Amino acid sequence: MSTTDQARVTVPESHAKAPRMSRYTRTNKSNQGLHTKKSILLTIIMGALVLYSLLPLFWLFVNSTKTQAELLNSFGLWFSGPNALWDNIVATVTYNDGVFVRWFGNTLMYVVVGAGGATFLAALGGYGLAKFNFPGKKAVFAVVLGAVAIPGTALAVPTFLMFSQMGLTNTPWAVILPSLISPFGLYLIWTYALDAVPTEVLEAARMDGAGEFRTFFTISLKLLAPGLVTVLLFTLVATWNNYFLPLIMLSEPTWYPLTVGLKQWSNQAQTVGGDVIYNLVITGSMLTIIPIVVAFLFLQRYWQSGLAAGSVKA
Amino acid sequence: MKAPHSTRKALRRTAVVVATGLALSMSLAACSGSGTGSTAASTASAADITAALNEKSTITVWAWAPAVADIATAFEKEHPNVTVKVVNAGTGNDQYIKLQNAIKAGSGAPDIAQIEYYALPQFALSKSLADLSAYGFDSFASEYTDSTWGSVKLGDGIYALPQDSGPMAMFYNKAVFDKYGLTVPTTWDEYVATAKKLHEANPNAYITNDTGDAGFTTSMIWQAGGKPYTTTDSTKVSINLQDEGSKKFADTWNTLLSNDLLAATPSWSDEWYKGLGDGTIATLNIGAWMPGNLESGVKDAAGDWRVAPLPTYKAGDTASAENGGGGDAILEQSKNKLVAAGFLQYMNEGAGTQISIDAGGFPSTVADLNSDKFLNATSDYFGGQKINEVLVQSAKDVVPGWSYLPFQVYSNSIFKDTVGQAYAAKSDINAGLTAWQKASADYGNQQGFTVTSK
Repeated sequence: MSTTDQARVTVPESHAKAPRMSRYTRTNKSNQGLHTKKSILLTIIMGALVLYSLLPLFWLFVNSTKTQAELLNSFGLWFSGPNALWDNIVATVTYNDGVFVRWFGNTLMYVVVGAGGATFLAALGGYGLAKFNFPGKKAVFAVVLGAVAIPGTALAVPTFLMFSQMGLTNTPWAVILPSLISPFGLYLIWTYALDAVPTEVLEAARMDGAGEFRTFFTISLKLLAPGLVTVLLFTLVATWNNYFLPLIMLSEPTWYPLTVGLKQWSNQAQTVGGDVIYNLVITGSMLTIIPIVVAFLFLQRYWQSGLAAGSVKA
Repeated sequence: MKAPHSTRKALRRTAVVVATGLALSMSLAACSGSGTGSTAASTASAADITAALNEKSTITVWAWAPAVADIATAFEKEHPNVTVKVVNAGTGNDQYIKLQNAIKAGSGAPDIAQIEYYALPQFALSKSLADLSAYGFDSFASEYTDSTWGSVKLGDGIYALPQDSGPMAMFYNKAVFDKYGLTVPTTWDEYVATAKKLHEANPNAYITNDTGDAGFTTSMIWQAGGKPYTTTDSTKVSINLQDEGSKKFADTWNTLLSNDLLAATPSWSDEWYKGLGDGTIATLNIGAWMPGNLESGVKDAAGDWRVAPLPTYKAGDTASAENGGGGDAILEQSKNKLVAAGFLQYMNEGAGTQISIDAGGFPSTVADLNSDKFLNATSDYFGGQKINEVLVQSAKDVVPGWSYLPFQVYSNSIFKDTVGQAYAAKSDINAGLTAWQKASADYGNQQGFTVTSK
């Protein structure tokens, strides 16, 4: 351990402390400012944004309490007719032999395995890139940055053709495997790990004889926790809302996630002899967003801190 | 089976573009050799099919029509060794995307797929579908209406058996007509006049809705006598969306559009169903499969709606067109074509046709159309009217000689960007049609067709 190495380690640490201090004092100041002078304009803008964000949710809730007939014959933004919420929920989960429950289970599986796996892989990769030197690191960096820029939609069809040759289409793997890759998550963990896991801690662990894996699982992973939650939230939202990939990959409704399944219900309105079940589509949509909203509320503070970490370093 | 759907979702459109691009670039390479195709394929007799049905086998059918599952159950009862797996792989475009991808990938396609008439040439000319002449199905010609048989007979081959059909008629809300003292128009000039009268009497009410729909537009051009698309030798295509018929339609519709007489409600949306129920959309010029959708989707308006022949351009004329509808085809990929052929025949030529009709489909089989039972059926929803008399007459009046493009699915997907712009700006539809023609021709040329744009 040369002195330059030591210096390199201490510098980011002091950096990390300095902005935290200043941020703290700054917020205090601006808080005081808020108490003395309220900005009416900002309040109005904020209120408008809140309304804008909540209105669709309100619509969704209001309309999931209506029957199919009331849905078409009443004002969209207020309740009308007898409250059919419970009937709608029962009908949603029992329609077509309870296929909605099956889709719900599929989505859960894709999210747990896909988003969980993506987070784990991002942690492994990001940590490795941040804390180890190896030839070609810059090339990997370039590839990851490039991959962040390519939308998954553009890769869906080539991926389909590849999976088809491997015989994986129309199986859950076709949805799970592409979900495991999160270049953005990798990048985020990388920048986060640069600071959150001090190199001297790793040195100390190595001195004490811990293997690299043990160091990673017992020390680094804990230090990386806030970053991991952020990545988990990103991938969670992405897999929960995943529509195009499963649409392309799956033809059996038994493997559909909620997104594709609800679309199929909605399309019944365009089919000869098909049931028009907009009320179930709406109720199903509401049931679909509840878990993701709950997850968000629980994890949002990590999300914020993780976002800040990423932005400062980038 | 479903209405002509243009692209309401950009995402969906991108997918079709990607998918059709893949399929076509592959298919043209495959069919550049011989124009007549798979006549050399082994021919099978009815006895071969019967023999195959007695052996243990499983086939997969992709279809979104609800009746197909019931037909499969009935079929399995008669042929206990055969298992028919019915999969709803998506409605219309969604399913075509998957089908194109599976064809391109070389595996994963079903044995039988439901394909609408407008999309059939795209799959047939790329040699993705089996020529059913090999199973003697060409002898069924006289059992189907001319227009549906014409839609499945492409070149010398038969590429699907028709299931339902959509001869057009004017569905109108009689309660609205009575309320405002309107008479049922028989010509398009009268239709425009009725539209004005209605909209003046009630500014919230419109004669019909139209936000620009490729399927509707092509059907209306068909009725006006236009023949904008011709394909010869499977790669030589000519497009002329400014022929006499196309212009006739566009000029009439321009009057409605520029005078703000069309409701800007997209078809198949919840507002559309609402408008059909509360009388703000007074008529629909649409395929004969519509009654089932009105009955299930617009229950409140029971007793209000009636059916009349589609208005014509000249008083006393009879002219109609097909709108929507489709058949079922056997994929070249299928490893069990004999069993597939057996089921296909049962479904669309045998006992299955009645099951389809019972589920609300409008048949394409002449015997069913002309049966007394069918013609004399009264519908309570339509105030006791014998609606099938009007609809069957429309099937007989369909203008002959129409054909779609061999890349119609793609072409329809860019309708919104071209003709749709004219609708949005309430400007000349003819200009929109010209732009649509150019964009379609460019695409065809890129895909290896020789497109003549007139």
